[in-house]
Amino acid sequence: MTTLLDVVLFLPIGLFLLVLLIPREMGETIRIFSTVVSIIVFLVSLGLVANFDHSQAGYQFVSQFQWVKDPNIQYKIGIDGLSLWLVVLTTFVTPIAIMISWKGIDFRLKEFHAYILLLEFCLIGIFVSIDLFQYYVFWELALLPLYFMIGIWGHGRNIYSAVKFFLYTLSGSAMMLAAILYLYSRAGSFDYEVLLAQISSGALRFTSLEESLLFWAFFIAFAVKTPLFPVHTWLPDAHVDAPTAGSVDLAALMLKVGTYSMIRFCLPLFPNAAREFAPLILTISVIGIIYGALISLAQPNIKKLVAYSSVSHMGVIVAGIFSLTQQGLDGAVYLMLAHGISTGALFIFVGFLTDRKDSLEIKDWGGLVHSAPALSAVFMLFVLASVGLPLMANFVGEFLVLQGTIQANFVLGVLAASSLVLSACYMLWLFSRVFYGERNADPNKEIYDMQPREWGAMLPMVFVLLWLGTYSHSFMPAISVANAGVMKHVSAQAEMQVRRSEPPLTPGVIVPVIAGPANAAPEVLGAR
Amino acid sequence: MPVNFFPTTAELVRVLPEMILVIMGTLIMALEPLAPSYRQSFLGTFSMVALIAAIPLSLLTFADPGPAFGGMLLIDGFATFFRLLVLIVGVLTIILGRPYLEREKVESGEFYALVLFSIVGQCLMVSANELVMIFIGLEISSISSYVLAGYLRKDTRNNEAALKYFMLGSFATAFFLYGIAMVYGATGSTNLFDIRQVLMSGELTTPDRLIFLAAALMFVGFAFKVSAAPFHVWTPDVYQGAPTPVAAFLSAAPKAAAFAVLLRVFLTTFMPFSRQWEPLIWVTALVTMFIGNFAALVQENIKRMLAYSSIAHAGYVLIAVATHSEIGTAAAMFYLAAYAFMNVGAFAVVSHFARKGETTVEIKDFAGLANHQPFTAAMLAFFLFSLIGIPLTGGFFGKFYVFKAAIDSQFYWLTALGLVNSALAAYYYLRIVVLMYMYDASEASQNMPPLDLGVKTVLGVCGACTVFLGVFPTALLTLVNNWAILHPTTLP
Repeated sequence: MTTLLDVVLFLPIGLFLLVLLIPREMGETIRIFSTVVSIIVFLVSLGLVANFDHSQAGYQFVSQFQWVKDPNIQYKIGIDGLSLWLVVLTTFVTPIAIMISWKGIDFRLKEFHAYILLLEFCLIGIFVSIDLFQYYVFWELALLPLYFMIGIWGHGRNIYSAVKFFLYTLSGSAMMLAAILYLYSRAGSFDYEVLLAQISSGALRFTSLEESLLFWAFFIAFAVKTPLFPVHTWLPDAHVDAPTAGSVDLAALMLKVGTYSMIRFCLPLFPNAAREFAPLILTISVIGIIYGALISLAQPNIKKLVAYSSVSHMGVIVAGIFSLTQQGLDGAVYLMLAHGISTGALFIFVGFLTDRKDSLEIKDWGGLVHSAPALSAVFMLFVLASVGLPLMANFVGEFLVLQGTIQANFVLGVLAASSLVLSACYMLWLFSRVFYGERNADPNKEIYDMQPREWGAMLPMVFVLLWLGTYSHSFMPAISVANAGVMKHVSAQAEMQVRRSEPPLTPGVIVPVIAGPANAAPEVLGAR
Repeated sequence: MPVNFFPTTAELVRVLPEMILVIMGTLIMALEPLAPSYRQSFLGTFSMVALIAAIPLSLLTFADPGPAFGGMLLIDGFATFFRLLVLIVGVLTIILGRPYLEREKVESGEFYALVLFSIVGQCLMVSANELVMIFIGLEISSISSYVLAGYLRKDTRNNEAALKYFMLGSFATAFFLYGIAMVYGATGSTNLFDIRQVLMSGELTTPDRLIFLAAALMFVGFAFKVSAAPFHVWTPDVYQGAPTPVAAFLSAAPKAAAFAVLLRVFLTTFMPFSRQWEPLIWVTALVTMFIGNFAALVQENIKRMLAYSSIAHAGYVLIAVATHSEIGTAAAMFYLAAYAFMNVGAFAVVSHFARKGETTVEIKDFAGLANHQPFTAAMLAFFLFSLIGIPLTGGFFGKFYVFKAAIDSQFYWLTALGLVNSALAAYYYLRIVVLMYMYDASEASQNMPPLDLGVKTVLGVCGACTVFLGVFPTALLTLVNNWAILHPTTLP
């Protein structure tokens, strides 16, 4: 049965083919066409939100058919609270990425827009796939468009970065394919729901070594994609050398794939290993948070600074996930959305700056607030969001993550909280150096203020940023219902194990948590 | 036993494809001196007709499967699959070869006749059920290939290629022959099923070691033909030296046929000793993959690079062989089919791009091709992505299926290392894509002649098949799963 989700998934690929049919001389037509159709895709995807039952766990809009008989591979898609908002984020960011490329991209327009639409298709595919094989197909396929985008329209050492990005991710996921095949050989199915049912019912049991190996095979692939310290080194290169749209798609969407998959696969499928290694991963992510922030502090290049801040923020998200608490998970998912918007917007601004003057060295800039006051103001808004100021999107997520992390490990939680301070340092310092101070004398180019097209791209971002920051109740119910499901898997087995030794320990922690977060966030905000 | 002076009709029907190929091949040879030199391409049409006619004939043959000529041949699904595969590769080679010969001004009927004879040899190999028959098929196929590799008589690299191929090939066949002799000595038979019976009954008069040695010697012969390490050293030189359409042919058809025989011999005859030879094969697989991929990383000539990549791919198929299971056989069959299409496709682009005398075959010559010939560049990129194993291509499904077979047979480390290898391999394939898409055009790319109909056809067919195998693999998977049965318990 075809559902709205099929339409949302296949619309981009259909449009991709349409773009391929337009002759390449008609660059401007392709531009307008892609902008318009990607907005239409976004509007269609809003239909998902409207028809989604936010109080229900499990997949909705499920659609499936047999793709390959033997091995048993299904085309099976669906969304739950976890993927719903990420799908919408994807369809939301794509038109913006197209719009902001109107100036920066001036050759081979047809291919560029084709790649953006293809990337949208792959990303949506990753978020909605229920069949693991199908998931892997989208996962690998998503590399190609971004690889070409960085390689063709990037600058600097773009080819090096593109290849590094491709190879890093490809090698990271090699073991994941082996793990998926192993799961299939044990369970006879690629279907995530079937696997989950078998594992939680105990029909499929792993020895602890097996489970650890499987966990790491998946986790490494996701850690590379996230990217988590110490496998983050492809990210700054890719970001710095990518065209603006590439950076935006990368920061806002591609990175979320890693953390989304951790929640989706690592925790529920391998709960014992997840619990066993959670302290280790928590430690690594805290190191990543501080490391990323310190490197950002020392960056002389604006884009690189934002890229490293991404490493730091993604560390916060991973910390939230592996705090293995409901708050941590809710915060992590929320922060994914918030980071998508805020860091995405920061990269857009970096693109605006490059449109105006061909340099990204901080020392070449200064005093921008005099010539471009509106630009400064909007930029400031996103800087503050990124810092984690209350009423902005990131705050809700970071607060919940830190709450969860502190529950899991007090010391690490406190260290993770340093991200708030450090991010304020590097972001505000960046802002003051670029926008305040002496106007940097550049006789050739007068820096102009926001253009209507730029407003058109930014206003929706601002709107969503503030919405996420002020009324989390619109988004949170679906997320926390989904996360409660994940927590149930992670803790069900814990309970089983605990029950054997000393009975009533865990439930006390879990029960209030499940009820809490749906309205916790607004309360927190109200209190401030 | 009554004496049959004439083969029965059923037996004749079972070799119809070979018969038509031989007749047409001989006819071409006879007509060649009669036809004026500018009409030689007409003989190409002849050979194509023969090959295309042989395709339905092989299917017809399969309608009544069974042995022929006293068990010398066995027409089963497995044989039919590989017959079809080499026939299709043959058609593609002829289509690709015709413009090539025209360009090099060396048109003559021999080329087509040799391709036909080589394919006859391969058809016999894959349907042979008898060691001597395998040997004969192998020789027919090899000798024609030696000549094909040196087809441009005046070109020194061609000569070098042919000589190397011939010398090393003869040694390898000699090893193979030794193996046959020993097996015959130990078991008193050359029929694959009879040997198996003897081995299973445990009534060997000679020590088991003789059989192991025989199997090892035969494996040397096969390893040479499939270019598995350490018997792969001829591959880069021959692929580089031989005319590109011939290199395409060599990388697909004789290789597939050799794998077919390897599978048939090891999975029927030597199956009782599978525990002994299994390590031999997976170690070879591992070494082959690593050598192929590492050597390909540093190649500057695209034909050499494709040669090393072909070695690496032989390694992947050997993984499937090492599993010695039905699913492994099916995986190998699928892989070889997918590989044939993507590799012939890639070689087709190279063949056209190389121009007269194959002057532009350096990897850097491909720089900026996407700006000038977007379609050609896109096709080559697509075949390369398939060779990497990016999803929705035949190459991905092939690899996936091979590794699945390995996991099912508990070859976990082999799978892991194979996957590491396929990630490693991505680098050298990507290099070409990077050059084509992200660099300014080289002189060679700027004046690339437009594609002619022949190359376009090959690209279209290979591209369509690669996509089809990647998106709708079920059709072929069902087929190979049904046809991968190699050792029936009852025999007529």
